[in-house]
Amino acid sequence: MGMIVFFYFASVIVATAALVVALRNPVYSALALLVMFFHVAGLFVTLHAEFLAIIQILVYAGAILVLYLFVVMLLNLRREERFHHQLTVGLFLGCMLFAEAVLLVVKGETSLGADLPALRESAQLTQGNTESIGELLYSTYLFPFEIASLILLVAMVGAVILTKKGILEAKG
Amino acid sequence: MDVPVSYYLVLSGIVFSIGLIGVLIRRNIIIILLSIELMLNATNINFVAFSSYLGNLSGQVFVFFALTVAAAEVAVGLAIIIALYRHSASINIDDFRLLKW
Repeated sequence: MGMIVFFYFASVIVATAALVVALRNPVYSALALLVMFFHVAGLFVTLHAEFLAIIQILVYAGAILVLYLFVVMLLNLRREERFHHQLTVGLFLGCMLFAEAVLLVVKGETSLGADLPALRESAQLTQGNTESIGELLYSTYLFPFEIASLILLVAMVGAVILTKKGILEAKG
Repeated sequence: MDVPVSYYLVLSGIVFSIGLIGVLIRRNIIIILLSIELMLNATNINFVAFSSYLGNLSGQVFVFFALTVAAAEVAVGLAIIIALYRHSASINIDDFRLLKW
C-alpha cells in the first residue's frame, strides 16, 4: 500500500516537474508547479511530516506561486523562443548529474537499506509533529531562527527598494 | 512504511536534475526561477525522507529554513525581474549580456 502511494506521488511529481521546464506558456508552467507542490506535500504526509506538508501548501502554493502568477500577468509577455541555444549541453549536463546521483545511490544501497530501518524503529516520536518541531526550533535552533527572520526582513526591504521607482533618487 | 529511502533519493535526484536542466536550457527568466524552486523542493524531499527514516526532526527544521530562504529568494528575484523588464522591456535571458547600463 505504501509503495502504491509513493509511486503515485513520485510519478506525478516527476511528470509535473518535466512540464514546468517543457511548457511554453509561463502561466501553465506555474500551474504545473502548483500541482507538484501539492503532491510534494502529500509525500511529506506519508513521511509523517504533517507540519511541513501544511507549511508547504500555505507558503509555496499560497504565497510564492501567487507571487509568480502575479508577476507573469503583470509583465506583458510576447511569444518568444523557448529554449536557449545551449540546449544539448544543458541536457547532457543534467543527465550526467542524474546518472551520477543514481550511481551513488545504487552503489550505496546495501548500507542504506541495512542501517536505516533499525534506527527508525528505535526513535519513536511520542509528541505531535508540530509540537516537536516547535520545541526544537525554539531551543536548539533559536539562533538560526532569528537569522531567518532577519533574512526575510532584508528580502522585504530589498524587494521594495528594487521595484519602487525613484526611491533612491528622492533621497539623494 | 515499506518504501526504501533510496527511492526517495532517486526521486529527489530526478527532480533536481530536471530543475538544473531547466536553468540551463530555458530563456525566460521566470521559468529559470521556477526551476530553482524545483531544485529547492528536491532537497526538501531529501531532508524530510532522511528525517523520517532516522527518526530525527532536525531535517524537518532545516526544510523550514530552506522554505524561508526560498521565500526571500522569490521576493528579491521577482523584484529584479520587474526592474529588468522596466529597463529593457524583455525578460529573455539573452538580452542581458552586458554588465554596464
